[in-house]
Amino acid sequence: MPVVKIPNPLRSYLNGQAEVLVQGATAGAALEDMLAQYPAFRPHLCNDDGSLRLFVNLFLNRSNIRDLQGLDTPLGPEDILNLVPSIAGG
Amino acid sequence: MLPELSREEILRYSRHLLIPEVGLDGQRKLKASSALIIGTGGLGSPVALYLAAAGVGHIGLVDYDVVDESNLQRQIVHGAGMVGRLKVDSARARLLDLNPAIQVEAFNEPFTSANAMGIAEPYDVIIDGTDNFPTRYLTNDLCVLTGKPDVYGAIYRFEGQASVFYAREGPCYRCLFPEPPPPGLVPSCADAGVLGILPGTIGTIQATEAIKFLLGIGSSLVGRLLLYNALEMTFEYVKLKKNPDCKVCGPHPEITALVDYFEFCGVPGLDHAESSTAAGWDITALQLAKRLERGDKIRLIDVREPHELAISYIDGAENIPLGLLAAHLGELDSAQEIVLFCKSGTRSARALEILMSAGFRKVKNLQGGINAWAREVDRNLPLY
Repeated sequence: MPVVKIPNPLRSYLNGQAEVLVQGATAGAALEDMLAQYPAFRPHLCNDDGSLRLFVNLFLNRSNIRDLQGLDTPLGPEDILNLVPSIAGG
Repeated sequence: MLPELSREEILRYSRHLLIPEVGLDGQRKLKASSALIIGTGGLGSPVALYLAAAGVGHIGLVDYDVVDESNLQRQIVHGAGMVGRLKVDSARARLLDLNPAIQVEAFNEPFTSANAMGIAEPYDVIIDGTDNFPTRYLTNDLCVLTGKPDVYGAIYRFEGQASVFYAREGPCYRCLFPEPPPPGLVPSCADAGVLGILPGTIGTIQATEAIKFLLGIGSSLVGRLLLYNALEMTFEYVKLKKNPDCKVCGPHPEITALVDYFEFCGVPGLDHAESSTAAGWDITALQLAKRLERGDKIRLIDVREPHELAISYIDGAENIPLGLLAAHLGELDSAQEIVLFCKSGTRSARALEILMSAGFRKVKNLQGGINAWAREVDRNLPLY
């Protein structure tokens, strides 16, 4: 199953999980599966139209899905998705 | 014409002169170069120390804060004897002690759209060591508009990011993050904590990238975002591309001058004091103490993380961490008066927004959090 890796700043919305196993043939389907498991995370990750909010990026094997096919980017069973939010600490 | 090195400088920089990629000419380049460091905190400290030690001839420091005891765990340019002094003065003194041959200019002022261009103009490279989104967007836009590289680093608890945003050659910060998160979604170091060594690692990477840029050597982080996890000890990178719709570096930019970033980021002002609640929804520690003393029925909700209760707590308060609040709304009674608090007022302001949007109206935010309570009501409690 594909895995979504959750960085520390977002873990409080997913009961502290560092990664979530997901089902889905596309990046969007995988995210939907994750959000079905952790519905409280949805408003922080997605706009009302389902698109990713602009301070979060989703990378599939080093490439930003915005540079691929967006949420329609196909996903293999071994793929790793990395959520990368903006952080400001210094 | 590059400046010559003195006999003392040749001895001081001998380990650089031995590296063919630097050599005598490279060291003269560093002597002729300049770097502006925005922020002299966790990231700015190692950046400033290493650039000074490396012989970057002219270093600018921007900060308007003073050194606090709680800075010393990670802001290694400052010493205990400098607590209470201006950070830029403290850092400048340390850098000149480390390397008296360089020039250090201190700007004790907030970095704003009004002064950013003037401050940054003479510098070759800009290093983003700030702790807030408005200054990060300002620094990025400034670099895009002036054609300078923005050597970026950011940290959170055990995790850090680093890159070089250089719009002449690759993407900018806005290409990656077109908008900042809403206030309160990603807590600051003051609220979330940070491993003291983490800014050392990320800041040292920023210093490395700055030196490489000034020397014109190696492969930079332009077009790459480095992701560091200290807990798992992993360094990964992801690829970044220019965003064709970028509002500042795209082919049809909407941003052609520096704008008011505080409104844009939803940040109330320049003050580091952490309160973002609109007037009328705050209650001070003294007001709360008086009302509790006269027996008013107030439900106190502590929205900090459970491990913070080991540092300090207010008797009678219930702990519902901010991240779990939305899931526990059913346990709260909107008819009852509620006061929310955290460490310093930021997370509880976010909690207040959550309750307000769920229809709660008899709810207030303890201004300044439990630290204000410790200063004004219960002086036996430690500040943190």
